[in-house]
Amino acid sequence: MDAVLARANPYLTLLGLGWLVPLVKIASGDDWQRQVRELWRQLGVPLLAIALFLLAWSQLAGRIETSLGGIPGPSAVWHEAGGLVAEHRAERARRAEFYARQDARNAAARAADGNADVRVHRYTGKPTYLDQILTSLATVFTGFVLAALVAVPLGVVAGLSPTINAAINPLVQIFKPVSPLAWLPIVTMVVSAVYVSSEPLLAKSFVNSAITVTLCSLWPALINTALGVASIDKDLMNVGRVLQLPWHTKVLKIVLPSALPLIFTGLRLSLGVGWMVLIAAEMLAQNPGLGKFVWDEFQNGSSASLARIMVAVLTIGGIGFLLDRTMLALQAAVTHTAGRR
Amino acid sequence: MQNGRAHSIGCAVLAAAALGAWGASAAPPALEKDELKLGFIKLTDMAPLAVAYELGYFEDEGLFVKLEPQANWKVLLDRVITGELDGAHMLAGQPLGATIGFGTTAHVVTAFSMDLNGNGITVSNDVWAAMKKNVPVGADGKPAHPIKADALKPVVDAYRAAGKPFKMGMVFPVSTHNYELRYWLAAGGIHPGYYTSADVSGQVGADVLLSVTPPPQMPATLEAGTIYGYAVGEPWNQQAVIKGIGVPVVTDYEIWKNNPEKVFGVTAEWAAANPNTHVALVKALIRAAIWLDANGNANRQAAVEMLARPEYVGADRAVIANSMTGTFEYERGDKRAVPDFNVFFRYFATYPYYSDAVWYLTQMRRWGQITEQKPDSWYDATAKSVYRPDVYLKAARALVAEGKAKEQDFPWTTDGYRAPTHDFIDGVTFDAHTPNAYIDSLKIGLKGDERPAATELVTAQ
Repeated sequence: MDAVLARANPYLTLLGLGWLVPLVKIASGDDWQRQVRELWRQLGVPLLAIALFLLAWSQLAGRIETSLGGIPGPSAVWHEAGGLVAEHRAERARRAEFYARQDARNAAARAADGNADVRVHRYTGKPTYLDQILTSLATVFTGFVLAALVAVPLGVVAGLSPTINAAINPLVQIFKPVSPLAWLPIVTMVVSAVYVSSEPLLAKSFVNSAITVTLCSLWPALINTALGVASIDKDLMNVGRVLQLPWHTKVLKIVLPSALPLIFTGLRLSLGVGWMVLIAAEMLAQNPGLGKFVWDEFQNGSSASLARIMVAVLTIGGIGFLLDRTMLALQAAVTHTAGRR
Repeated sequence: MQNGRAHSIGCAVLAAAALGAWGASAAPPALEKDELKLGFIKLTDMAPLAVAYELGYFEDEGLFVKLEPQANWKVLLDRVITGELDGAHMLAGQPLGATIGFGTTAHVVTAFSMDLNGNGITVSNDVWAAMKKNVPVGADGKPAHPIKADALKPVVDAYRAAGKPFKMGMVFPVSTHNYELRYWLAAGGIHPGYYTSADVSGQVGADVLLSVTPPPQMPATLEAGTIYGYAVGEPWNQQAVIKGIGVPVVTDYEIWKNNPEKVFGVTAEWAAANPNTHVALVKALIRAAIWLDANGNANRQAAVEMLARPEYVGADRAVIANSMTGTFEYERGDKRAVPDFNVFFRYFATYPYYSDAVWYLTQMRRWGQITEQKPDSWYDATAKSVYRPDVYLKAARALVAEGKAKEQDFPWTTDGYRAPTHDFIDGVTFDAHTPNAYIDSLKIGLKGDERPAATELVTAQ
C-alpha cells in the first residue's frame, strides 16, 4: 500500500490531488495526527486562501462604481456563469428548431419535385460561450502544433551546430519580445494576400489568430530545445561519434531522448505563452473565441457585461492552469520513461 | 460588360417570376450563394439585420445568414473587401469613400438604405454646464431646441484661450457622424478643420479637434476626459444620460430632418457574381424595415427585446428603448417625443437615393477629403456607380407580387433624386442636381477649386 502511495504521490501532486494521500493514509491506519497536519497544509490552507480572496473581492468590489455600475462580486459572477450556461441551452434548442424547420422545408420541396436540389445547411445562430471556449482551444492547439513543428527541429539543428546557433540567435532575441498586437496586422495582410480560396476550409480569422499564436509561442520551445541539445553530455555524443552513427540515428537515439526534458519545458512555456497571446489575437482578428467574447461584451456595455467578462477571465485562467498541468504531467511521464531507458 | 449586365437582369427577371410562384410550387429561386456571413457594428440601426434573422425573413428567401459583430468600421469594411463578409451594415460614406479612393480603395455598392436619422451629439457635463448659459430658454422653462453650436462657441473659445485644445470624437472619417458634427459646428461658426492630401487627420485649421473613436467606446472615452463631446448613433448617446456622464444636445434629425444614415453594402464584384442572392437579401431587409415601422412603431418594443440580446447590440433594454420607441432623453429627466428619431421604412427610407450619395460627396469635398473640384456630372456618375436602385426595385417588385408589400410603399417613378430641401439647422437649401452651387453656398468650407494649404488656412491659435 505504502509503496503504491509513494509511487502515486508525485502524479497526484501534479494533478493537484496531493491531499488525497493523507486521507488514504488515515484510512489505512497511519499516525492520524501527522496526516491531519499534512491534510491541513495541502487542502486547508489553499481553501482558506481562496475563501479569503473571495471575501476580499466581495467586500472591495462594491466600493468601485464604474459607468457600467459597481464592479461585480463573486455572487454576481456566479449568477452570470449560470446565465451563460442557460443561454447555451437556449441556443441549442433554437438550433434544433432550425434543423426541424429546414427538414420540413426540404421534405416539402422533395415532395413537390422529386429532383429538387435540397441541401442541408449548418445552423446560422451565434456561437455560445461553450462553443467559443472550444474555438479558442482549437486555435491555440493549431498555433502551438505549428510552433512545435518549426521550433523543435530548428532547435535541434541550432543545438548541434554552434554556427547555426550563432546565426539564428540574434533573430530569436529580436523577435522573442514582440507582442501579438504588433504581429497581427502583418499576419492579417499576408494571410489575405496568400490564403486565397473561394471555399476556404478554415476561416481567415482562425488562420490569423493561429499564426499569431505560432509567432509568439515559437521562441520558448526553440530556445529550450537548442539549450537542451547543446548541453547533452559530451561523452554521450562521443559514443555516437565512435560508433559512427549516421546523422538521423544520432538525433533519434541520443539527442532527442537526452534533450527531452528541456524540450518539454520549452513546449510547456510555449503553450502558456500561446494561450495568453490568443485572447489578444482573437480580440483583434475577430476569431469567434473567448477573446472575441470579451471584446463583444466590452462593446455591449450592459449592466451584466463586467460580470460576464469576469466569467471569461476565470475561464481563461482555469483553462490555462489545466493546460499547464497537462503539459507538466506529459513532461513527467516522458522524462520518467526516458530516464529509465 | 454589356452582355454581363443583360444576362444578370435576365436572371433576376426569371428569379422574380419564380418567386411569384414560389408559394404554390415550392421551387426556390436560383440563388448563386445561400450561406452568407454579414457584419454589423453594435448600434441600434443594425435592427433590420437582426429582425430579418429573428423573424425568419432570410430563411423565407432561402438564405442562411450568419450575423457577426465587428470590432470597428475599418475592420468591417476591410473584411467585406477581402470577402470574409458577404456584406455589412455600413456608414453611408463608406461605399462612396471606398469607391472614390478616400481611405481603403474598393468598388463597394449599396442597394438598400438601412435607416434615416438615429444619431446625436453629446457633450460632457462640464461643457454642458458652461454651454447652458448661452442656450435660450423656452416657454416651458426647458432649453429651447434645436440647440445650435452658437451656444458652444464661447465655450470652445474659452478652452482655446486657456491653451486647451477642444477635442471631440466621431466614429470614422467618412461617417455620417463626422459630417453631421462638422455641419452643426460650422453652422454655429466653429471650424471643424480640413483634410488635405498630406494630413488625413482632418484637423488643419480646426477650432475643434475631431478624432476617431469606435461607437461603443464613446461613453468610456468621454468619461476618461480624452474628449469633451462626441457624435454617435444610438444607444451611445442615451448611455451617456443614463450613466450621468454627459448630455446629448442635439439629434441629427434637428441638424438635417430625415437625413440618410446607414446602408447595406457589398462589393461590386460580389453584386455582379450574386445578382439573385443580392435581390433576395434586399427583399428580406425590406420586409424587416416594414415590420420595424409598421402600425406607428408598434413593433419597436419587440425590436428592443431583440437588440438587447448580447449577440446584437447588447446594451441594457432601457437604454435602447429610450430612442427606439420614439422618445429621446436630453438632459436627465428632459425626455421629449421624437417619433422620427429612428426611421426604418417611412418616407421611402430604404430606397437608395442618388441625392443621398451626392450630399455625402459634397461634404467630402467641403472638408477636403476630395482634394479637387469636380464637375456636377461627376457627382451624378459617382452616385450612380455606388447606389443601385435597380436591385432595390427588383426586390420591391417581387415583394409586391408576393403580397408582402404594398404598391404605394415604393417610389417607382423617381429619378433617384429627392426634391430640394432646406430642412437643415441653418436653413441652407440642398439641391442634389447642383452640388457645386450647394458647396459654394455653405459659409465655412472649401468652395470652387480651393485647396486647403496647410499654412494659409490654419486659424491663429
